[in-house]
Formats: sequence, structure tokens, C-alpha cells
Amino acid sequence: MTAQQAGSSATLDAPPALQEHFDATIARDQRVEPRDWMPDGYRKTLIRQVAQHAHSEIIGMQPEGEWITRAPSLRRKAILFAKVQDEAGHGLYLYSAAETLGADRADLTERLIEGRQKYSSIFNYPTPTFADVGVIGWFVDGAAICNQVPLCRSSYGPYARAMVRICKEESFHQRQGYELLMTMMRGTEAQREMVQDAVNRWWWPSLMMFGPPDDNSPNSAQSMAWKIKRHSNDELRQRFVDMTVPQAKKLDVTLPDPELRWNEERGHHDFGTPDWDELMRVIKGDGPCNADRIERRGAAHEEGAWVREAAVAHAAKQAAREEKGAAA
Amino acid sequence: MTTPPSAPAQAASGDDTARTTAALALGDDALVLSHRLGEWAGNAPVLEEEVALANIALDLLGQARVLLSTAGDEDELAFLREERAFRNLQLVEQPNGDFAHTIVRQLYFSTYQHLLHTELAAGDGPFAPLAGKAVKEVSYHRDHAEQWTLRLGDGTDASRARTQRAVDALWRYTGEMFQPVEGLDIDWPALETAWLERITQVLRRATLTVPGGPRTGAWTAGAGRQGLHTESFGRMLAEMQHLHRSHPGATW
Repeated sequence: MTAQQAGSSATLDAPPALQEHFDATIARDQRVEPRDWMPDGYRKTLIRQVAQHAHSEIIGMQPEGEWITRAPSLRRKAILFAKVQDEAGHGLYLYSAAETLGADRADLTERLIEGRQKYSSIFNYPTPTFADVGVIGWFVDGAAICNQVPLCRSSYGPYARAMVRICKEESFHQRQGYELLMTMMRGTEAQREMVQDAVNRWWWPSLMMFGPPDDNSPNSAQSMAWKIKRHSNDELRQRFVDMTVPQAKKLDVTLPDPELRWNEERGHHDFGTPDWDELMRVIKGDGPCNADRIERRGAAHEEGAWVREAAVAHAAKQAAREEKGAAA
Repeated sequence: MTTPPSAPAQAASGDDTARTTAALALGDDALVLSHRLGEWAGNAPVLEEEVALANIALDLLGQARVLLSTAGDEDELAFLREERAFRNLQLVEQPNGDFAHTIVRQLYFSTYQHLLHTELAAGDGPFAPLAGKAVKEVSYHRDHAEQWTLRLGDGTDASRARTQRAVDALWRYTGEMFQPVEGLDIDWPALETAWLERITQVLRRATLTVPGGPRTGAWTAGAGRQGLHTESFGRMLAEMQHLHRSHPGATW
């Protein structure tokens, strides 16, 4: 039923039948699969998006991983371990999804370390207190869920299926983060202050996770036409604000935005404007932790080179021994 | 023999003392090794090892929580005891070093833990149910360590050299594992023989040399079980306990 031209790059002169078939698949909300023909631009956009999503999971291990060795109770330590482990697992699913598009995981890792591919802007902010761990769960995983639940219906099959698994685990982490904050808010004055301070620091960066405003988001229209993305940045941002405000009330913390209020007419919350210049600076590499995050990822990769080489050499020796055994 | 520092306040007395001693010894081993593995988060050589090391650490932390809860409040025991009151083996507190060092530490310890829990699970002592569950986890840990010992030992010249260094460096901490622990009904000499056989077999397959030196020194025999630890352990505890100690009485 499908034209099978895996990895084809000669799409400038794609036969019209292939293009028509692809367009019809998208129009009917059916899934594009790895062996189907797809336009070059679609493939490239997906590789970029899926790889950057994978990179975000991997870099995202750092800010929370910081607290594994300092978690204040054994229960919290176990929760953090499980979460960071899940993030590594999500990175693995997503790199696998990217590889179905013809990308190579080692190459994508190089691109990340060399700064040629991005990861989510949010992970360039530091985690100076333990409350940050809870706020990351609540805001950052909450924002990720707003972004990712619609991606479970993304037009590219392997990506959509990865998102189904990831979303289940993310919503679990979000609840755990919120529960940590709830516990801290019922605790000492110092704990409550720690939570409010973390909320103040993470609120705006979390809103920026949805990307630039719609009138300044050049790739969005095409991604939406291809049904890679299902909603605009501003729609998702609004959804996140509407979801989070009542949770903040229940938690008894304030969100650091004087313009935040319910708008009866719109049926949504109005809110202030994030500092888009700050977002641009962070995306370009000039956030508080960009250099450290990449340095650390690069160091782990470099220091692990001899281990990966040993594994390859051992596998080759094993294969040679087996071949010899079979021949004998 | 030096007198062990007094047991934690909430530890039971009388007939339960031996059980508490054993729970602390086994629980501290698992707690401390889990913590060391946590230091790898975000630093592993491949993503698959991020998952594997965190998985092992999480299993060990789970074991530690059950064991410490047997002896008292898990968080008080983990976060409010000082170095001299910890009963873990010196082996598990050894710094991670490079990946080979971590793997050899895992090999030595998981082989011991597997034999120990198999024997405990087969008995009818108080630790039999816990050991029955742990032995399944630990057999995975041992398999992971053995597979990597083979890959690294029988990999490249560089990986073999690093692994041999780790095998030699950690050897002197292995004798301590077979010092009898009060409250555990174990045939320790048989356990030691079985451990040596298994380790010898794995190291040979990995083209590594079994060290000839002693497995304990005058300073290390049974020291960890008596609360005498190596120097890096205090720093590890400082990091682990800092936040908990900064907020006395807080719940998290």
C-alpha cells in the first residue's frame, strides 16, 4: 500500500503519486511509518524535533540528578533515582525513533555536544534547592505533558508511539513533584519559603518552554500542516497556565505575575509576557547553565570512550571465536 | 578488638540486638553502595548504563530501606548517624573511580551478596523473606557485573589494564566480607570458598590475573563492621546528610 523508499533523499523531483499518497495519509490522520515515502523537509524537521526531544531528556537528567546524593529522605531518594532512570529510558526511546528516520545516535550525540542541536531551554536553569526538584516535577513535567499529550497523535508513527509511553511516566512524575511540594508546604516555615522561592524562579522559564509566541515561530505553520505538531505554542502555553493556576491556589503559593487573572469573557487566564529576549539568549547558549550542561555531557561521553571501544572489541572477539567454532 | 560504638537510640535491646546488628550491617552495605552508584547519574559511558546503574542503585536502596526499618527509623539511621556508627563494609564505600573500578566493586560485592542471600533465603531466620526477594535482584546485578568484567577484561589493551588495576586495588577490601556478622547464621568459610571460586572463574575468562596478595590487611579486617571507615566515607556522608541535618524535624 505504500511506496517504499526508505532513506530516499531525491525528493525534489518526487513522483507526484508519492507526494499525493503522503498528503492523503496526513489528511486522513493516518500514521506515516519509517518505510513510507515522505518529503525531505518532513524527514528533516522530524529528525530535528525528535533528536532535540531526546537531548532534552538526557540533559534534563542533570539538574535533578544533582539532588540524588543529597535527597533528604530515603523515599525521596528512591523517587529521584526512578525519575532520572526514566529520563534516560525516554532518551533511549526517542533516539530509537530518530534512527527510524535514518539518523544515527552517535552522530546526534556529537551534534548535541558540539552545540549544533538544541535541547529544551528549561534545563539551562540551576537547581540550588531541593524544592526545585518538586517544582521541576510540577511545572516542567506539567509543561512537557501539555506539549506531549497532543504528540501522541503526531503524524509520524514511531514518534507518536514513543510519546504514549513517555506521557504515562511523565504524569506520574508530575504528581510526585506536586506531592513533594505539598509535603513541604505543610512543613516548616523554611520549607515553605524554599517552595515559594523555587516557584518564583521557575515560573517564567517554564512558560518559555513552549517556544516563542506564534507570530514569531517560523517553523510552526509547516509542522502543524504536517500534523507533526497539533497545537500552536501560544495555545499550549495558555493550556498550561489554565491548568496550573488552580494547582498553585491549592498549594498556597503565588505565581510571580501581577497581570495574572481570570478572564471571564475568554474563559481563560490572562497573563503577563515572558521575557522573550531572555529566551533567545538561553537558546543561543547564554543561559545560566548552558556551558556546564554541555561540558558535563561531553565529559561523560569522552571519558566513556574507552568503555564503548572495549565493548566493541569484545563483541568482535566473541564473533570471531564463534565463527571459528562453527567452522571447526 | 575495639568496642563498637553504641547502637542507635531506637535500636531494640536484649534478644533483638543481634538481629539489629545484622540488619544494620546488611542495610548499610546496600545504602552506601546505592549512594555511590547514584554519583554516576548523568556521567555513565553509555545511556544503557545510566539505566542499568540507576536500576541497581534503586534495588539496593529498596533493600536498605527494608533492612534499616527493621532496626529503627530508616531516615534517622541514614541521615543522623555519624561515620563511626555505620556498619557497612569498606568495600562498598570505596569511591567510584573509573568505570572499571565501579564494575569490579560491583563484581566483588554482588557475588558476595548473591551467595549470602541465597543462603539466608534457604534458611528460616528473620531475614529469609527479604533475602528471597533480594536474591532475584542481586542475580541481575551479578550478571551485569560479570558481563562487563568480560567486556572490559577481554576488550582492548587499555580496558584490560584499567580493569586489572581495579581488580588489584580493591582486592584488599574483599576479606572483610567473610568476617562473621552477629545475627546471621551463615557458614562463612564455605561462603568464602564459593566466592573465591566464582571470582576466579570470571577473572580468568576475562583474561585477568587473580591477585596473589592478601585479601585483608591488619587494618582492614572487620573494620567497617566495627564502624571504622576509610577517609572518603566521611565526605560521602557529609554530602548525603547535609540537607536532612540542616532542617531538624522537617518531613520531606
